[in-house]
Amino acid sequence: MSDLSSKLNTGMVEKYRNNFLKEVEANVEEGDWVKMCMQCGVCSGSCPLGAHWDHPPQELFMMIRAGKRDEVLQSTSMWMCTSCYNCIVRCPRELPITHIMHGLAHYATRLGIEPKGQPTRQFAQLFWDNLAKHGRVNELWLGVNLYFMNGIVEGIKVALGMAGIGLGMLKSGRLSLKELIGGHTVKDKKGFHAMIKKAQELEAARVDGSN
Amino acid sequence: MADEMKIGAYICKGCGIGERLDAGQLEMTATRDGKAKVCQQHDFLCSEAGVKMIQDDIDNEGVNHVVIAACSRRAKTEAFNFENVTLSRANLREGVIWVRPDTDDQQETTQEMADDYIRMACAESKFMHIPASSGQQSVNKNILIAGGGVSGMTAAIEASKAGYPCTIVEKTAALGGATAQLYKKIPTKAPYTDPEDNGVAELIAAVEADSNITVCLNSTLTKTAGAPGRFEADISTESGSTETKPFGAIVQASGFTPYDANQLPEFSYGKNKDVVTQAELEALAITANGGAIKRPSDGKEVQSVLFIQCAGQRSKKEGHLEHCSGYCCNASIKQAMYFKDQNADVDTTVLYTDLRTPGAGGENFYRSGQNKGITFRKGVASEVADGANPTVKFKDLILDEDLEQEVDLVVLATGMVANAGEPTREQITISENEAKEAGNEYKVSVESILNLDYRQGKDVPHMGNGFADSHFICFPYETQRTGIYTAGPTRRPMDSQQAMDDAMGAAMKAIAATENSGLGKAAHPRVADLSFPSVRLEGCTQCKRCTVECPFGAIDEDERGFPQFNESRCRRCGTCMGACPVRVISFENYSIDTVGQQLKAVDIPDEFDEKPRMLVLACENDAYPALDMAAQNKLEYSAFVRVIPVRCLGSVSLSWITDSLNSGYDGIMLMGCPSGDDYQCHFVKGSLMAQERMSKVGDTLESLSLEKERVQTFEISITDIHKVPKIINDMADTIEQIGMSPFKF
Repeated sequence: MSDLSSKLNTGMVEKYRNNFLKEVEANVEEGDWVKMCMQCGVCSGSCPLGAHWDHPPQELFMMIRAGKRDEVLQSTSMWMCTSCYNCIVRCPRELPITHIMHGLAHYATRLGIEPKGQPTRQFAQLFWDNLAKHGRVNELWLGVNLYFMNGIVEGIKVALGMAGIGLGMLKSGRLSLKELIGGHTVKDKKGFHAMIKKAQELEAARVDGSN
Repeated sequence: MADEMKIGAYICKGCGIGERLDAGQLEMTATRDGKAKVCQQHDFLCSEAGVKMIQDDIDNEGVNHVVIAACSRRAKTEAFNFENVTLSRANLREGVIWVRPDTDDQQETTQEMADDYIRMACAESKFMHIPASSGQQSVNKNILIAGGGVSGMTAAIEASKAGYPCTIVEKTAALGGATAQLYKKIPTKAPYTDPEDNGVAELIAAVEADSNITVCLNSTLTKTAGAPGRFEADISTESGSTETKPFGAIVQASGFTPYDANQLPEFSYGKNKDVVTQAELEALAITANGGAIKRPSDGKEVQSVLFIQCAGQRSKKEGHLEHCSGYCCNASIKQAMYFKDQNADVDTTVLYTDLRTPGAGGENFYRSGQNKGITFRKGVASEVADGANPTVKFKDLILDEDLEQEVDLVVLATGMVANAGEPTREQITISENEAKEAGNEYKVSVESILNLDYRQGKDVPHMGNGFADSHFICFPYETQRTGIYTAGPTRRPMDSQQAMDDAMGAAMKAIAATENSGLGKAAHPRVADLSFPSVRLEGCTQCKRCTVECPFGAIDEDERGFPQFNESRCRRCGTCMGACPVRVISFENYSIDTVGQQLKAVDIPDEFDEKPRMLVLACENDAYPALDMAAQNKLEYSAFVRVIPVRCLGSVSLSWITDSLNSGYDGIMLMGCPSGDDYQCHFVKGSLMAQERMSKVGDTLESLSLEKERVQTFEISITDIHKVPKIINDMADTIEQIGMSPFKF
C-alpha cells in the first residue's frame, strides 16, 4: 500500500509538474472550485476551530494556486475541519469548502503523504476500519480503540477516567458488553464487503486511468 | 407694482393647530401687529375650499401679499401655489405645535411662539416683491459638447433625440476618444462573461447620420464667453480659422489622459520594452487581432503575463495618484481574457491589493475571469527587475511571503488623470505664492479646455485629485459654473459604460439649463426661481467681495470695478447679498429686509420675564428640513427659539447678527451644511463663509460686552434629525447659565 501510494505520488508530481492547481482540480473532490475563491476570508473568520489551523481554508486555496504542493498536502490544517458547515453557509462565492477540505485530506492520504501523528486523522482511520469490518459502527470497540490510540498506559488512564460514564450507560442499556464479541452487523455482510471492494477498484482504475 | 400692498393672512386650524392654539388670538396678532388687511380662519386650509377662499380674496379683494399660517413652507406647496402674489408661510405645525408638549403649563409659551411666527411672516411679506424675469434672457437650444469620445457622442445623440441641436468640438482628427483605442471593452450585457466589441463605430455612425449634430474635428475652444442661454464659443481649427457660435448650454466631456508610467522607474517602465501599460496592451491586442499576442521586445508569443494593479495609484507617494481609477481591475480581467480566450495555457496573473469591479456585471466578470483560469494574487509589487524576461518582485499578502515571478510580459494598470482644464484663478494664485516662496516661477502646465471668459478662471473649478468638481452627493453633473455640465472621466474616474450613462444625465441637465435660462429661471437647486440679484450701484463701494465670493462665477466687474451680474449664471443663493458690506444687493423676494424685519418683528420679553429669545438662521436645503423632520418625529425643543430659513448660510448678512444682538436676542444659531472635501452645501461654500464671517463677530460681541457663546455656527446635514433639537436645547441651557442679554428694551 505504502509503495503503491508512493508511486502514485511521484506519478502525480511528474504529471502536473508545477501546476498544482490543475492536479487539485483533477483529483480532489470539488477541487475545481478552488480557483473561484476570492480571498475574502469569511471562511477563516467563521471557522469555530480557526485559531487552531496552521493555514485557514482561504490561505490553503491561495497556496494551491501558488503551487505549494507539499505544504498543502502535508498540512494538518484540513484535518482540523469538524464539518460544521459554517464556511459553506457563509461563503459569498458558494464554494463547498468543507467538502474541499475533506477532499484534500483524502487525496493526501491516498498519496501517503498525510501528517502521520495527527489525532483527527487517526480517529478517521479508526472509524473507517471499524465501519468497514461489519458495515456498522461498533461503538464499544471504537471507544476502546480510541482510548488506546496513544499506548496502553495512556489507554488505561483514559478508560478509568471514563469508567463512571461507561457504567451509567451500561445501567441504562445504552451500552452492551455483547458488542465486545462480534457485535451487530449489516444483514448482508458479504455483499457489503464486495461493494466496498468494487468501489475501491473503480477508484483505483480512475486514478490509474488519469495517471 | 402699481397696486397698493394688501396683506391677506390665512390661519389654518387643521392638523391640531386649532385645538392647540387660540386662533382668535392669532388673527388679532395678524391684523394688529402684522397689519393684515384681510384675515381669515379655516378648518382645513389646504383643502379645495380653503385654497378657493384664498384665491377668491386674491381675485376679488385685491390681496397681493399672502401670508399662510399653517404648516411648514416645505409642505403643501402644490396647494398653496398662487400666481402674481408673494407668499409667506408661518410655520405653526412643524415649527410650533409638533415640537412643544401639549400641557397646560406650556400653553402660554407655545402660543407666544405661534404669535411670533405670524408677526414674522407678515413682516417678511411686507418687504417681498413679486419677482419678474429681467428680460436679459433668450432661448438658445444649441448645446456645445467639448470632447468627441463616447461620453461626448452619447450626450450629442441623446440631446439630439430630444430635439436639441449639438455641436461636438473634438481636439483630435477622429471621434471615439479613449474607447476607440480599445480592442474590446468590459461587457455591458448579461451574462457579463466575455469582453465585447467597443461599440465606437456604431456611435460614430449614429453621430454622422444625425443632421442635428455638427462635428468639428481638429478643433479647440479658444474662448467661451457669456452665460447659459447666451454662450458665445470661439471654435478654432488647427489650420487657424475661427468661428464664433452661440450656445444655450455646454457639456464638458473632455475625458482623461492616462497616467504617465515614466514616473514608475521601479517597474522598469521605459527601460524594459516588455513592461507596458494597459493602453499599450490594447494596441498589442489590436495588432494581434484575435491571434496570439506578441511581446514588443522580440515578438515572442506571450506565454506568461502579470498585471500589476494600482501602479502609481492609490498611493500618497510624490508623483502618484491618490485616487482609485475604478476601471482598471475590470480592464485587467478583460485583458487577461485576451490571452486566455486565445490560448488557455497562457499563464495570467493579476496582482491586486483590493479587487474592485464596479458596475452591474462587475462581480460576474470577475467570476468569469476566475473560471477561465486567471490567477488572482493579493499582493503588492515592489519592483520589476530588468532582464531578458522581466521579473516581478512582490509580497504576497495572503501567504505573507516575499516572492518573485519571471514572466514574458508585465502590464501596469496605471490610472486616469482628468482632463479638467486649468485650475481656478484662486487655486493658481495659491500655487504661485507657494512657488514664489520657494524661489521658483510657477506656470500652469495644463491646457484650458473651455477658455472661459470669466474673471474667476478659464475652466470649471476642480475638486479633489484634479477632477472637475461636481456636487457628487446631491447633483452629480452640476459644476460651479451654471449651464456647464461635466460628464465622464473628467468629473470622476469611470469606465466607458458608466461614462455613457453619465453623458445622458449631463445632456438632460444641459437641456434643462437652456430652457430655464430662456425663461429667466434659476437652475438647480432653486429651480424655476425668477428672482435675481439687483444692486443699488450708487451705494456700491467697488469692494469686489461679491465677485470674489460668488461660488458660481456669476458676477463680473465692469471697467470701474462695479459688479456686473450675469443673471442666468446665478443660482440665487444670495452669497453676494451676505458678502456685501454696504447691503446694496438684494432679491425681489429675499433681501436684507425680508429677514431683518422678521427678526425685528419678534416680541422680545424684558429681562425679568425669564423668557429668553434665540434666533436660528437655518439653511433651507438641509437644516430646515432636518428641523421639520424632527417635528414630524415629535422631538421637542425649546419654546424660546425662532427659526428663519435662509437660502444659504453664505447669504447671511452680518447686519442680521448685529441687529438681533441689539434687539435683545440672547443667542443666535447659524445652521448650515457640512463643509470640507465632502461638502454638502448646495452652493459650495456657504458654511465655510459663514464660519469665516462669524469669526469676525467676536469683536462686535466684545464691544457690546456679550459672551462669545451667544453666536454659534453649526454644520447640520439633512439626516441630523436627532441632533438639531439637542443643539437647540443645549443652547437654551447655555443661555440659562450665562444669563439673559442686557440689550432688551
